Amino acid sequence: MSSPTGKSAERATGPGAHAAGSPDTPRGRSRRTLPSPLRHLLFAALGLAAVTGLLLVTGDLTALRLAAVGYTMLAVAGLQLLVGGSGQVSLGHGAFMMIGAYTMTLLVLHQPMLPIAANLLIIVAVSAVAGIAVGAATARLHGPYLAGATLILAVGLPGLTHRYHEFLGGSNGLNIRTAGAPPFLQGVFTDSEWKALVVWTTVVIGLAVLATISSGRLGRRMRSLRDDETAAAMAGVPVGKTKVVAFVIASAAGGLGGGLQAYVLGTATPSSFTLVLSLTLLAALVFGGIGSLWGALWAAVTVVYLQIWATDLARSLELGRNVENNLPVVFFGIVLILVLRFWPLGLHGALTRLGARLRPPTTR
Amino acid sequence: MTTTAADHLLRADGVTVRFGGLTALDDVGLQVAPGSVVGLIGPNGAGKTTLFNVLSGVLRPTAGTITWKGAPPPGRRPHHLARAGIARTFQGLNLFPMMTVLDNVVAGADRLAAGGAFSLISGLGRHHRDERELRARALAALEGFGIAEHAHRLPGTLPYGLQKQVALARACVGEPELLLLDEPASGLSGTQIDALAEQIRGFSRDMAVVLVEHHMDLVMRVCDRIVVLDFGRVISTGTPEEVQADPLVTRAYLGASDDAAPGHTNGAPR
Repeated sequence: MSSPTGKSAERATGPGAHAAGSPDTPRGRSRRTLPSPLRHLLFAALGLAAVTGLLLVTGDLTALRLAAVGYTMLAVAGLQLLVGGSGQVSLGHGAFMMIGAYTMTLLVLHQPMLPIAANLLIIVAVSAVAGIAVGAATARLHGPYLAGATLILAVGLPGLTHRYHEFLGGSNGLNIRTAGAPPFLQGVFTDSEWKALVVWTTVVIGLAVLATISSGRLGRRMRSLRDDETAAAMAGVPVGKTKVVAFVIASAAGGLGGGLQAYVLGTATPSSFTLVLSLTLLAALVFGGIGSLWGALWAAVTVVYLQIWATDLARSLELGRNVENNLPVVFFGIVLILVLRFWPLGLHGALTRLGARLRPPTTR
Repeated sequence: MTTTAADHLLRADGVTVRFGGLTALDDVGLQVAPGSVVGLIGPNGAGKTTLFNVLSGVLRPTAGTITWKGAPPPGRRPHHLARAGIARTFQGLNLFPMMTVLDNVVAGADRLAAGGAFSLISGLGRHHRDERELRARALAALEGFGIAEHAHRLPGTLPYGLQKQVALARACVGEPELLLLDEPASGLSGTQIDALAEQIRGFSRDMAVVLVEHHMDLVMRVCDRIVVLDFGRVISTGTPEEVQADPLVTRAYLGASDDAAPGHTNGAPR
């Protein structure tokens, strides 16, 4: 499920790149015989099977953590397409997660009869519309100016919950109760495991869509305008439109991630969607490796588990509440600096390099 | 200018570009017939690149009209013109640095994909067949430009001469009807320029070519018609022989020496 840039860049810069062989090696051809949506859905099914297996052998607590990895990964993967794919840096991705989370809670509160799948589809639509609005407004902005504009979104949006206190619940946010496993599966899955399963089903489908886009023509268009806007335009890429489309896809993925978070945690509060979240998502993306969807997986695992380990550590050392709250951020900062110092291409870059080194050169 | 408008692939009339008080192009006309090679020459600052930017839609002229196949072009943005069949290379190559050579060239073929917006976003419908065809075309183009063995490398890792071939392959793979070449010979050695002349004559079997070039030898060898610009005005048009014989050109551009000596005769009396 990795986009071709990361891999091919690695292959091209790695030792012995000239031995990469003719582009139509049997391996290359067999990979392309299946249409890419089908191929990615197959991958998605495999991934879901793996997660289900993991859920069956682990407990409730792990189920919730896996669910957290899932929705974080979806959000980061959307950001990956935007930043790594189209070269637009967004500091406001957390805002789209917030839109998704509040849409989910409002739907459950006001339309309790709707099934979860319908809720998720509505969330995609709502956050896509938000993405169109923001993307169209910022399509002409580059680099730091774009980052600044999206920053406003991350800072400003949580404030809305106070402005519309009655409707959005102020700083306490909104709390919901979501249904657990359906009756006929109650013996097989606990409620948490069921929720993790719902999350991961959505996540793998979302990732399959993102992988299909980033490995196809649209992804190539985005990468070309990321690399050189003028040359991309002269190759027939409608620059403004493509940028907005990238923004819309990213915000839909972010919104879906946020909606799933609200579904699992049963709550949406402004304090969980602050600027810190947006910055963490972006930093996690760099950490995991820009340019590949696999980077999003490492990023999500790191964000979720560093938080847990840091909290555990603070508790076991009986540190104060203040230390406990800030330790994950410190940890994350240290790990980020170390990873970028030694592997500038992030964790995924390091892994592919390792893989390339282990593989005998003749099979390449 | 013996032919009528409909015979021209591209026609520019009265193109004027002003940057504030500076007039970069003043009432410039240009006609390109299908399958012809037109050279655009002139001393530094004569407005060649400005005219190129107008023709490729990067710059909007202050006044004047562009006609594409006897009608106004489908849009004024670069991507409209690119999709209509105008391709260009850049002085600075502008390859996509983080994409492989193959991907660079596939990107150039994008206009030939048949699938619409739906297949583009969903990856369904025509998308799979499109991708296969674009890839096959790109591979054929790489073969044709002699760079197939570098398909999976990043352009920045190749020597400059090969990077130029990648840029040419990217521009040609989309089967444009008009190819705009911005200084294709700069930085090339003598033998490479000979090969380039062959290539350009080869292009003109399938498409019209307009080139901006300082290398007079190449221009005289490959061009059917030459347009000479000086201070934003067309001072001479014609076949290489006619232009070479034009005393205005000799005075304004070629100066006293008998070979190309670009950029040092701007002050010559006109």
